[in-house]
Amino acid sequence: MKGAAIEAIGLGMTYGRKRGWALRDCSFRLPTGRICALVGPNGAGKSTLLALAAGLLRPTEGTVRVLGSDDPDGTRARIAYVSQDKPLYPQLTVADTLWAGAQLNPAVWDRAAADRVAAPLPQDARVRTLSGGQRTRLALALALGKRPDLMLLDEPMADLDPLARHQLMGVLMAEAAEHATTIVMSSHILTELEGACDYVLLVDGGRVRLGGESDDIVAAHAVLTGRARDLAPHTVVEARTTGRQLTALVRTEGPVDELAWEVTEPSLEDLLLAHLRSPDAPPLLTPSAHVPEGAAA
Amino acid sequence: MTGSAAVEFRIDRRSGVATYLQIVHQTKQALRLGVLEPGDRLPTAREVVEATAINPNTVLKAYRELEREGLVEARRGLGTFVRRTLGSAAVTTDAPLRAELTDWTRRARAAGLDEDDVHALFTAVLDSTFKGDPHA
Repeated sequence: MKGAAIEAIGLGMTYGRKRGWALRDCSFRLPTGRICALVGPNGAGKSTLLALAAGLLRPTEGTVRVLGSDDPDGTRARIAYVSQDKPLYPQLTVADTLWAGAQLNPAVWDRAAADRVAAPLPQDARVRTLSGGQRTRLALALALGKRPDLMLLDEPMADLDPLARHQLMGVLMAEAAEHATTIVMSSHILTELEGACDYVLLVDGGRVRLGGESDDIVAAHAVLTGRARDLAPHTVVEARTTGRQLTALVRTEGPVDELAWEVTEPSLEDLLLAHLRSPDAPPLLTPSAHVPEGAAA
Repeated sequence: MTGSAAVEFRIDRRSGVATYLQIVHQTKQALRLGVLEPGDRLPTAREVVEATAINPNTVLKAYRELEREGLVEARRGLGTFVRRTLGSAAVTTDAPLRAELTDWTRRARAAGLDEDDVHALFTAVLDSTFKGDPHA
């Protein structure tokens, strides 16, 4: 089996006794070389999960192994993490910031990659004078310059205009194509990531509800329309009846009776929304997203 | 790298057609129209994803499909190259059949047909001509 970029086992995190669990009982695996959309509603635990994977938070319970190692200090050099608020030194200029990036990552710094992303920025401007989108660009330049094996990007596209979004997503995809970089990008807007990502993690209420290759997750489901009747043996994610007609999104168990139902394939977005509307639908992890037995440290 | 790529792909995210199929279709269309010829290099996965912001595996999947159909071949370290054309030389831009069709289309327009009318008429004739005999 190919190595895992992230392997979480029973991962849980709480920021204080009164605040409840930000993340609870999360077990999943992300194979290397994937471009993963980390999706879920606001407050689902996406940022917590990314900060845990980056080694910036210590889990309250469980473990997260990143690039095959339990030691965050050892893997830090191989990870680039861009948090939602893009922390940069406000007094430094753009050029100073890039220089600092080169000094802090002397062995691996890819100046060409960093400069290409940062090129449209005013090089002598101080970071505090930059717009949100410009700051994002600078943070992504630093992340790419580091030439990481794993990029953890928290809402990377939120501040960017559509043109910059398309361009920077192209740069990220080119990086992945050339160096087989694993990329995890969070967003609450799936359409922003669909097309770029081949792997999906749906986090909701602090738990992982769907995980795996987007194609396989879509293929595991079907939308059935027909005269209202029993949907067994399929697992119903969401069902709606109008008069005599029943429309249901199901996780198929075995072949579907094509005479009784009109069968269509849901879009990934429909599928995620159906799960968010149905908190009781059982979780689904594809085989590659399962933590192998006996992996617990 | 042996020269620049001969085509670029346009991805329409709202078309409902799977992205890798859009690449397959556009490559075949370019082969039919003679825009791509044997020996031409397709853009690398890196070039495609940088321009379109799609997933690299999607490009590789499309190229594998084209390879399976014998239209292109991957040469290690060099890129993916066109092996053969599709359709006949009669489809290329300067062929006599195309000139006749262009002429006919102009006459249809002059007769007051709009684009949808022409399309409907052409499709109807196409269907009745090829019906039941895909190789007619």
